[in-house]
Amino acid sequence: MPKIKIPKSSPSIDMTPMVDLAFLLVTFFMLAASFRSSEPVEVDVPSSISDKIIPENVLLVTVDRGGRVFFNLSDPEARRELIQNMSAKYKIGFSQEQIDKFTFMSSFGCTMRELPQYIDMSADQRKMFNTKGIPLDSTNNQLKDWVFYGNIAALNTGKTAYEEAKLKGESPEVNDFKPKFILKVDNKALYVHAQHVVDVFRDLELNNLNFITSMEMAPL
Amino acid sequence: MAEIAEGGGGGHDKGKKRAKKSSTKVDMTPMVDLAFLLLTFFVLTSTFSKPKVMSLVYPAKIDPKEKLDQPKINNAITFLLSEDKIFYYSGQYYSKGNPEGKPATQLEETNFGPKGVRKLLADRNEYVLKGKEGLDKKLEAKQIQDSTYVRMLIDFKKHKEALKVLIKTDDKATCKNFIDLIDELKIAEIGVVAPVDMLASELDLLNAKLNK
Repeated sequence: MPKIKIPKSSPSIDMTPMVDLAFLLVTFFMLAASFRSSEPVEVDVPSSISDKIIPENVLLVTVDRGGRVFFNLSDPEARRELIQNMSAKYKIGFSQEQIDKFTFMSSFGCTMRELPQYIDMSADQRKMFNTKGIPLDSTNNQLKDWVFYGNIAALNTGKTAYEEAKLKGESPEVNDFKPKFILKVDNKALYVHAQHVVDVFRDLELNNLNFITSMEMAPL
Repeated sequence: MAEIAEGGGGGHDKGKKRAKKSSTKVDMTPMVDLAFLLLTFFVLTSTFSKPKVMSLVYPAKIDPKEKLDQPKINNAITFLLSEDKIFYYSGQYYSKGNPEGKPATQLEETNFGPKGVRKLLADRNEYVLKGKEGLDKKLEAKQIQDSTYVRMLIDFKKHKEALKVLIKTDDKATCKNFIDLIDELKIAEIGVVAPVDMLASELDLLNAKLNK
């Protein structure tokens, strides 16, 4: 009888396909990951059943627990235009480097006078920076100017983006390119603080506002 | 690969030196470890869920110079928010000893639970909710188009019979209360929502209720 030969199998397996896959996934997640830019304050947002996702071109005003107000504009090009307008209005000069830095900054909550100093800070220093938020009382309503010029700047960049999309042969919706006004309020903040911010928007005849909320299941 | 032939041309000598045959396979285990470590890191840190937004249209500011008469709203409910409490009254506000001779407005207390505001709104806004149910059925049976559905739903919400809501807050109400209430209004399919300023007499009424 012939002997049955058991083929000798090597104990090591070929790992190449697995490695290929692993690196493919690593690359995918690396490119897809969008890191949250560090915000100056932690805000615990309320929940709602709304499933509308946050639009692209936004003007965001944050109200933290203590009622301090922070401002942010999403579009970098619009931010450049905004700071130039604000600099002219408040007669506070910014160097080219500061303007570039401002373009890629996240939310900020300081007065116009503190702004050049704030821009020059490092991320850690900004976290430590003790601010009272953007002033919005009737005698010194800086938030109103930020919103007013921010809206104009974002409308301009939105318009260019709209025309570019039109040239590409797409059929874009004009309203999609207009800036949306977002309020990010803390759960524990008093509503009067939010109301002051809302009043700033309403004074500028911007009545359609959005509140950032976390998702919650709708009742059945 | 990189073998250096030594003493070539010597024929088959007995004392021939052979270079060690090195395997072409590299040990990939450390690399794989690293790859999976990175993979885990990116999977855990990446945030895919963008934050959600809830839109709310505020009424336009009226120029204080042109004093308009308070429009008569038939089917309205007014919510008053303070601290973590919520009060409401229906219809128009009547102060004590009003010229019309109507009984003075009393505040009712309710809560944010499903048996509180949600039930109240569902009962009061039955007209719209019933209408929506009918539309939902028609949409499912493909009797109407999506755009028709949206249009008809808006018509229902703007109808005379639909409930209108006014929200008034005092200076102790938190944003959470406010957003929670707006959320309940969305659940109850309320079309007309107006956050407005509180009257001084209402504030007195609210404080009297709170101090009890």
